[in-house]
Amino acid sequence: MLVSLEWLQQYVDLSGLTPEELAEKVTRTGIEVEGVRHLDDGVKEVVVGYVQACEPHPNADHLNKCTVDIGGTEPVQIICGAPNVAQGQRVAVAKVGAKLPGGVKIKRAKLRGEVSEGMICSLQELGVDGKVVPKDVEEGIYVFPESAQIGEDALAILGLRDTVIELGLTPNRSDCLSMMGVAYEVGAIVNRSIDLPTPTQTDVATGEFAGKHITVTVDATEDNPLYVAKLVRNVTIGPSPLWLQNRLRAAGIRPHNNIVDITNYVLLEYGQPLHAFDYDRFGSKQILVRRANDGEEIVTLDDEKRTLTSEHLVITNGTEPVAVAGVMGGANSEVTAETTTVLLESALFAGGPIRAASKALGLRSEASSRFEKGVDPNRVEEAAERAAQLMVELAGGEVLEGSVIEDHRTDEPRVITVPADKVNRVLGTEISPSDMVALLERLQLPTEASEGTLTVKAPTRRGDLVIEEDVIEEIGRLYGYDNFSYTLPRGEATPGGLTPYQKKRRLVKRAMEEAGLTEAITYSLTSEKLATAFALQQAETTKLSLPMSEERKVLRQSLLPGLLEVAQYNIARSQHNVALYEIGRVFLQEKAGQLPTETERLAVLITGKWTSHDWQAEVKETDFYVAKGLVTHVFAQLGISREVRFEQGKVEGFHPGRTAQILLGSEVIGTIGQLHPSEEAARDLKATYVAEVDLETLLNADLSSLGYEPIPRYPAVTRDVALVVDESVSAGTLRTIIEKTGGKLLEAVYLFDLYDGEHMEKGKKSIAFSLTYLNRDRTLTDEEVTKAHEAIVNAVKEQTDATVRGA
Amino acid sequence: MKERLRELEQEAIEKVTTANSLQALQDVRIEYLGKKGPITEVLRGMGKLSAEERPVIGALANEVRAAIQTNIEEKQDYLQQQALEAKLAEETIDVTLPGRPVKRGNAHPLTQIIEEIEDLFIGMGYTIAEGPEVETDRYNFEMLNLPKGHPARDMQDSFYISEETLLRTHTSPVQARTMEAHKGKGPVKIICPGKVYRRDADDATHSHQFTQIEGLVVDKDIRMTDLKGTLDVFAKRMFGEDRSIRLRPSFFPFTEPSVEMDISCKMCDGKGCSVCKGTGWIEILGAGMVHPNVLEMAGFDSNEYTGFAFGMGPERIAMLKYGIEDIRNFYGNDQRFLHQFHRPSEEGGR
Repeated sequence: MLVSLEWLQQYVDLSGLTPEELAEKVTRTGIEVEGVRHLDDGVKEVVVGYVQACEPHPNADHLNKCTVDIGGTEPVQIICGAPNVAQGQRVAVAKVGAKLPGGVKIKRAKLRGEVSEGMICSLQELGVDGKVVPKDVEEGIYVFPESAQIGEDALAILGLRDTVIELGLTPNRSDCLSMMGVAYEVGAIVNRSIDLPTPTQTDVATGEFAGKHITVTVDATEDNPLYVAKLVRNVTIGPSPLWLQNRLRAAGIRPHNNIVDITNYVLLEYGQPLHAFDYDRFGSKQILVRRANDGEEIVTLDDEKRTLTSEHLVITNGTEPVAVAGVMGGANSEVTAETTTVLLESALFAGGPIRAASKALGLRSEASSRFEKGVDPNRVEEAAERAAQLMVELAGGEVLEGSVIEDHRTDEPRVITVPADKVNRVLGTEISPSDMVALLERLQLPTEASEGTLTVKAPTRRGDLVIEEDVIEEIGRLYGYDNFSYTLPRGEATPGGLTPYQKKRRLVKRAMEEAGLTEAITYSLTSEKLATAFALQQAETTKLSLPMSEERKVLRQSLLPGLLEVAQYNIARSQHNVALYEIGRVFLQEKAGQLPTETERLAVLITGKWTSHDWQAEVKETDFYVAKGLVTHVFAQLGISREVRFEQGKVEGFHPGRTAQILLGSEVIGTIGQLHPSEEAARDLKATYVAEVDLETLLNADLSSLGYEPIPRYPAVTRDVALVVDESVSAGTLRTIIEKTGGKLLEAVYLFDLYDGEHMEKGKKSIAFSLTYLNRDRTLTDEEVTKAHEAIVNAVKEQTDATVRGA
Repeated sequence: MKERLRELEQEAIEKVTTANSLQALQDVRIEYLGKKGPITEVLRGMGKLSAEERPVIGALANEVRAAIQTNIEEKQDYLQQQALEAKLAEETIDVTLPGRPVKRGNAHPLTQIIEEIEDLFIGMGYTIAEGPEVETDRYNFEMLNLPKGHPARDMQDSFYISEETLLRTHTSPVQARTMEAHKGKGPVKIICPGKVYRRDADDATHSHQFTQIEGLVVDKDIRMTDLKGTLDVFAKRMFGEDRSIRLRPSFFPFTEPSVEMDISCKMCDGKGCSVCKGTGWIEILGAGMVHPNVLEMAGFDSNEYTGFAFGMGPERIAMLKYGIEDIRNFYGNDQRFLHQFHRPSEEGGR
């Protein structure tokens, strides 16, 4: 809501307050002021000039040479390029030395050989938003009415010495969608009385009853509890006076003609939307308000054909729609330059059908937004009277006696009672009941206090006041939140903290970061195709019913497609070494139509160099084992690395020979591997290693607590063995055999070498282990170690046809 | 013999002085103190001496031997020290070469902000509550005093999956769920962080997916001054002890009274600048006293219990804290963006 302070000043005394001070007070106590705009915007030395003569420029086709009286001793010559400039006009002249918006300075100039001493201005050149410039002067200079005095400050006449504050209204404060509502609010905030206009009696055509010329029938009384019709005849359509145009412009509304402007003016003044029909074009003498028929059509004011449904409410002339109620009038009954009799509508429409219509038709107007949020039922009739009065004053009309009113209102007056001690209990304040009453009365809310209870009669203009807490808020904000003390909740102490799951999730994050990975956060919504790609398990997809794009349509079932997009994005920007992890949810619907199961996953992606080139270290490309080391690090941090196994596996989208399934016990909890080269190629990626693990299973596994064992008192003995086996025998198989046969004495197994180079028989490889033996009770003898070691080596030989290298 | 011994002493000491290596010194030792050396030889000839002379010469011989020995040892220490110094001088390295880089990644800036806020409130006795991202209309709207057809539903255009399910538009349904689980018994003291979704086209200030972090306290006798005090502690810890807060009236369907909290602008210290658009204040969060309908719907007696709630956007806080100009940066995951939110050690020093 744009509030002209010149206008507001008429209702509330604002003297002694700068606009900025007022804005600050209003923001702190009532409604956020989103901007303060001084309309003159630094413009200086622009006056009303009279065009005495206007002739074509001798050397230019589109320029005119004008002689303009600007109130000085001599008229000045001004070269003007506007198409509408003409002799006899009163125009806005920026004199030599004038300043225009944006710091433009007007200097004496020569244009194509002719001197120009000033500039004749359009409204836009004076800083007026083009959207509120009347259509007839949109493309040219502004022309003042005869009443403008030559030499007078043009900005003052145009209302541009005004200041406008912009209120950011929350949906509950529709009462401030009117200047009168703002006056109540500001009056309360600055604690000054307010003086609102009341329409004067305007029934001039005595004896001519409006009811003789028009009837009103409301079929949909719930949608339209109150309808007021008035008739004003013998109006002369023309421009509105400048003061009215200025106020409309300040409020962001473009002036049209006096009748339309009056309806808009009263809309701003009372917050009550009005509509003016041309009575002679209305097509009947009856108004019928009803729900539209499905498929019914109307051509609205903007010359668009609209198809309606039974969700919409229409005003009809008994046979066809003449307006979409509360949203937009029809072209067939529009006020035109020839209109002489105006049928004025002031009505109360329920929010529902208005919202439905404005949404379906894509029409949001000043009117519809007010009906959606609720207008004051008690101002409907008064607003009609006010508009009629202005039509008499400004359009020379004659009002027919009486109004035609259909009133089906059922609302009971709202009386709210609040115990005064509850106010203080909720706010934490110590305000006396009499002070509470005084605060509420500043808002002109009739209040009584007796026996510690406040009784507030909520006025109809404040539809937001319904429950005790609404009253408590009014008291609190007017008392001033700045005056509240700072306290902390009393009552029983609560132990704060993370759940074990949340703690472990943080542990995993830190482990990933310490290991060199950076956290990414990607979108949960993806395309249909990517939603199920790389998914650890099959599930139904969860789709949006009304997606905004194909790319963000379905909830993901794996984090990997998102991370791959990130890798692609970085590589396209020359970030070739990518090392990322993400923890996020995937959405698995077991049965179509059910809520999906949401489960957290950990995903890792690495590509490019793992160790970059530096003066000391070797460059190391990422490979499977770097990735495996990273996820193993997580398992180790969670204390479950001994329970986790990697099994060679084939997974769609992964390299068939470089992929493992990750098992916890017998349950598959994840996949790790190189992306399938064809998938890499499709994404312009080099070798890329990814892993995805079901985090919830991991984190819900029992974390083995760290245990202490005394430091061994006896020395351990280490024996190395290099085993030559067929290429098909895996390191994991060898380790399992070693660990199984090792018995109590085998303390540790460490794989320290793999050789399959030129000195190795084809199809064979050598894997070397370092085995550590220890007896915690006494020093091991050489014989004992040899016996245990030989048992291990023999078991491996037997089970894998291994030979011992170098033996 | 006396003279001979003194001569030998003189000779040996001269040779020690001129010996320039440990080897040369060793040669001197063997030459003079060895079994075949001249002093031994002198001592062998002592048999020819008288009984009176024998002890005198013997003592002298020992004295000379000891003197030579001491000389050699001193020289040896000296030469060893010199050799060590030479060796260490050779081992000198260029200390300005970079150190071995420690490879380390970092948390996403939003995670850092969220964890900082979580920890701050954990210290004040809060626990962290989480809930589903796909929600029912009931928890996302109805239990928060947003019945079907409520105009405030327009404030947050939603991604619906079916008539009754949608991607949550705020983390408030977690509050509703937590309150409900408390079965009408306080205290409830939670922080709810998480991802939320709204039907917005992505641009510099809008993202269809973003994060929220909300707080809720429900107990007997919770006052609005408690909200103010709590938010003041939060603002000072998060943005600096010299920040102040102000509460302004606002509107949320789930709180009444409702407020927005601003902090004094750090850039201009409240004087007004481009960051705070000249107001001296920066909007940080929305808050209020839990609406009685919300308490009642979640099973709390609103005559007995009151509560406060607040909610904010970690993106906004990160944008303010670091001066990030485009919200899309958080979801683009450009490593050049992400890596700015830790102290890199990659360079290895200079």
